[in-house]
Amino acid sequence: MNKTSASATSASIPPAFPPSAKKPMGQRIKKFVTDYKRQWEIQSMVLPGIIFMIIFCYIPIYGLSIAFKNYTVIDTLSTAPWVGLDNFRIILSDEYFWDAVINTLGISFLKLGIGFIIPIILAIMIYELNMGRFKKIVQTISYLPHFLSWIVLGGMLITWFSTSGLFNELLLNLGLISKPSNILLDAGKYWWIATLSDIWKEAGWGTILYLAIMAKIDPTYYEAARIDGAGRLRQIWNITLPNMKAIISLNLILTVSGLLGSNLDQTLVLMNSQNREKAEVINSYVYRMGMTQGDFSYATAVGLGVSIVSVILLLMANKVTSKLNDNQSVL
Amino acid sequence: MLLVCFMVIILVPLWNVIISSLSSGKALAEGGFIFWSKEFSLENYRAVFNDSTIGQSFVVSVAKTFLGVITHVFFCAMIGYGLSKRYIRGRKLYVAMGVITMFFSGGMIPTYLLIKSLGLLNSFWVYIIPALFSYYDVVILMNFFRNVPDSLEESAKIDGAGDWHIFLKIFIPLSMPAMATIALFNGVGQWNDFMTTKLYITDQALYPLQMKLYEIIVQSQTQSMQNIGGSVVIETTTKGVQLATIVITTLPIVAMYPILQRYFISGMMLGAVKE
Repeated sequence: MNKTSASATSASIPPAFPPSAKKPMGQRIKKFVTDYKRQWEIQSMVLPGIIFMIIFCYIPIYGLSIAFKNYTVIDTLSTAPWVGLDNFRIILSDEYFWDAVINTLGISFLKLGIGFIIPIILAIMIYELNMGRFKKIVQTISYLPHFLSWIVLGGMLITWFSTSGLFNELLLNLGLISKPSNILLDAGKYWWIATLSDIWKEAGWGTILYLAIMAKIDPTYYEAARIDGAGRLRQIWNITLPNMKAIISLNLILTVSGLLGSNLDQTLVLMNSQNREKAEVINSYVYRMGMTQGDFSYATAVGLGVSIVSVILLLMANKVTSKLNDNQSVL
Repeated sequence: MLLVCFMVIILVPLWNVIISSLSSGKALAEGGFIFWSKEFSLENYRAVFNDSTIGQSFVVSVAKTFLGVITHVFFCAMIGYGLSKRYIRGRKLYVAMGVITMFFSGGMIPTYLLIKSLGLLNSFWVYIIPALFSYYDVVILMNFFRNVPDSLEESAKIDGAGDWHIFLKIFIPLSMPAMATIALFNGVGQWNDFMTTKLYITDQALYPLQMKLYEIIVQSQTQSMQNIGGSVVIETTTKGVQLATIVITTLPIVAMYPILQRYFISGMMLGAVKE
């Protein structure tokens, strides 16, 4: 903490070079002190935030160093011995870790593949609606699931998927199955449950931004297109979608950078002993290794690895989408 | 129409939860209803309200949401006000520090170790203190404060008011819409938050509703998996209690929904423009 605040002070003083252009050091420190004295009231507002950030954001970032240490309960951060990349070496030969990686990627790509397009289609459909009142109702209902917590939704899903629950009932009535079964205990279906429940929860919410951008499209474009004889689909393809390119790219970047961070709440509530092998994702693995088994160094190393890969993904996605947007980064 | 289909997909499951929670244990065990329950009964709710720990969890949930939101909004507004002044010394550094926190974090374990060494484990304050600050919210408020005309501040300064006075008496009342937006965002987050409890709290007395519900779910899951012979009654009672708890946990959010929706959309826009 001391170290960071010291660097904070020195960084706000302009660099000493070139010395000819600036006043001598002593004078500058004096000016610095008087400036702060004069601004003490406004500085006293910002200061708590800076202290908060140093404690709650920067100390944990420094704490990432235990990924390179062998941290046990008897150690403190400074006394734990350095072990270099040993923790990372163990990770690479850990098959449970690779299971978690495969599940994370599987679920994330399903979510990305299906879940990314649905809000766009939904938004276009809502936008094309002409009945004002009906439009409002559709929007209100589609946002609703977003406000349920994953615990609540998990509880609902467990009820819906249970042997006597809604889902089996529907399938029985439709004649698609002959015998009810608990779907959540079937590991083979877990990826789909995770994906589809996530889409059910967030698809409507995802339309808000798209709808807001669409509302800003100049209506004369559509008029001109109609005069030229363009149909509805043609208008969507040539006017609506190009206008949303930037926001779609932005969403894509954010989604891709979050690929490895599958939803922990969702996993914790839906995972059970029967579907674990297909349900364990990296985040829940970190949770299990760190919090229930107490292997702090190992869990931190996994977490750090994931963050590094996520940053790389973010940069890659930014590069690709900026190509699509005439070489302008949307970030 | 596809949109009608979509609404049915959203509404039917929700409706099913509500009517199931209002069904008797016997009807729940038999199952076999989608739109209308076979046997109406309030026994699940009676069971929930007889369980004093659920009442306690409700109090914890309300307290942490209420206190958490007020402190969070005030803290963020204070910092946002300071940073909205371009003349403030060290502004570049403060902003850089804030932006870094939006992209990098220590992750679960280092944060846990920090919370532990601060002595916040099993303390009510772990709901409040780490949740005080979010740079994202600071940015939103900062931009809002910038739109307040400078002349207001200048005239107050001429009258001899200090920065704190101006902030509390002029800017806070003027920024109520922005603060309400952030308060609602944060409030839903606090109400729905479950990981904080899962990570840092083992004391049952400090469990909010979400954690309580999680426990009930896990409990009924293991029960139904062990499938102890003849325990159908117990199983369906837990199922009923689970459903009733789900409804009770969600009710405050749904009750606030009409207000929430309006503010949330403007909040999404405020945030999106920054990105």
